[in-house]
Amino acid sequence: MNIFYHLGRYFLLMKRAFGKPEKMAIFRDRIFEEIYNLGIGSLGIVAIISIFIGAVITIQSAFSFENPLIPLYSVGVAVRDSMILEFSPAIVSLILAGKIGSSIASEIGTMKVSEQVDALEIMGINSAGYLILPKIVAAVLFNPILIIFSMFLGILGGYIFGVLTGVVSDYEYVFGITYQFKPYNVTYALIKAAVFAFIMASVPAYHGYYTRGGALEVGRSSTKGVVYSAILILTFDLILTQMLLA
Amino acid sequence: MIEIKKISKSFNGRKIVSDISFSFETGKTNIIIGESGSGKTTLIRSMVGLSEPDSGEVLFDGRSFYELNFTGKKEIRKDIGMLFQGAALFDSQTVEQNVMFPLSMLTNMSESERKDRANFCLQRVNLDNVNKLYPSELSGGMKKRVAIARAISVQPKYLFCDEPNSGLDPKTSIVIDNLIQEITEEYNITTIVITHDMNSVIEMADKILFIYKGENWWEGSNLDILKTENKEVCDFVYATKFMKNLKSKLQ
Ligand SMILES: Nc1ncnc2c1ncn2[C@@H]1O[C@H](COP(=O)(O)OP(=O)(O)OP(=O)(O)O)[C@@H](O)[C@H]1O
Ligand SMILES: [Mg+2]
Repeated sequence: MNIFYHLGRYFLLMKRAFGKPEKMAIFRDRIFEEIYNLGIGSLGIVAIISIFIGAVITIQSAFSFENPLIPLYSVGVAVRDSMILEFSPAIVSLILAGKIGSSIASEIGTMKVSEQVDALEIMGINSAGYLILPKIVAAVLFNPILIIFSMFLGILGGYIFGVLTGVVSDYEYVFGITYQFKPYNVTYALIKAAVFAFIMASVPAYHGYYTRGGALEVGRSSTKGVVYSAILILTFDLILTQMLLA
Repeated sequence: MIEIKKISKSFNGRKIVSDISFSFETGKTNIIIGESGSGKTTLIRSMVGLSEPDSGEVLFDGRSFYELNFTGKKEIRKDIGMLFQGAALFDSQTVEQNVMFPLSMLTNMSESERKDRANFCLQRVNLDNVNKLYPSELSGGMKKRVAIARAISVQPKYLFCDEPNSGLDPKTSIVIDNLIQEITEEYNITTIVITHDMNSVIEMADKILFIYKGENWWEGSNLDILKTENKEVCDFVYATKFMKNLKSKLQ
């Protein structure tokens, strides 16, 4: 019963959030504001993590492919496919769910407990629409861009570390990353990125919006928002992989 | 005029507001008083739909709020200005942006008109040179005043003030009381003020609702309240030595 209660309340909140915005111009500004807060602010962490993971995959796969029968360009293939298929869309989204999710839940939760949400409502403003929708739109627009950025930097990181440490040659790596490249895999990753973005913005927003009490509860909502969005991202990762690749 | 009829509200089975009926007059300052925890804030929150009452009716100039659909409720809310007990300013916006906010969302005023209006409202609450500060940079009393400026910026027809002068010094407190009274008469607003300050009650109350343990215990004017024999009202009104002395002098 508990899960149905939350699901029902979540969908009702989403229905309200997707109502027509009061003023289009203000809505547009709010989206840019959120892209700046949530998206641009995440570039740094995504860059660092992606470069390092690309490098680690390169070195690890070079060691496991020591068998002379496996061509060394497989390292390039391995880095490309792990980045595009799983690391960038799913793992980066999980990390962003932690960063963005906690900030969304605590921002909305704080506004809720300090009656700022009530203040919006009393002005006749749809608080869910004003607060939540721009965050969802910004995340869905920006997450795919972050994911492309992550793929690119992961592959670049692999190249730099691979060539610098000499585990793979320049030529082999580049041959590997272009070998039997399937553009569909990128489309697939971007679909995932958009779905995960919706989850990582809307689920913490839900937990923030229904916070009751004080600062302690805001912290709890923030934790819940992150945990539930992580679980949902992993669940949908499995479902989408099955649907889109199998 | 706002009429409430038999409003009741419980939290977790505890009755906080029980069967309160009252009519708040237009162009008058209607004051709600009562001990801390008696249900004043809960009552006004149920009047504007921030927490729906378990039963009862609220009529805004004859329109029954809880019978209206979503759009109808929204229309009434656009005419409501509300000062929350904790100010409820938007943390991410400057003072000026806070006061301009309802204007940007609800009117088609130009940027410069909105700025002028915001500055006008800020001056009326005696605030200068704070336009660019954020709420976290203000004192408690200043926050309250910004919140009042925000509540009156769209010229509401119904003004709710939850303890407008708690945390203010006596001088600013009088400025705020006068302001509330002035705009109430000037624009013919239905104003509802919750206060603990007997001074404000005597100064500006046209009509008083005394709530005791969630009930409409007593009602009357500011002259009546000094004469009443009602025990709970007297305990409240003459809680301070100053008021006690005043009473004996009057007698
Ligand atoms: N959301 C809520 N959930 C549970 N109990 C509540 C809630 N809101 C208020 N109460 C209870 O209702 C009672 C009345 O609260 P209310 O805020 O209306 O008092 P008040 O008259 O405004 O007091 P004060 O003068 O101190 O502001 C309190 O005992 C409070 O514990
Ligand atoms: Mg109160």
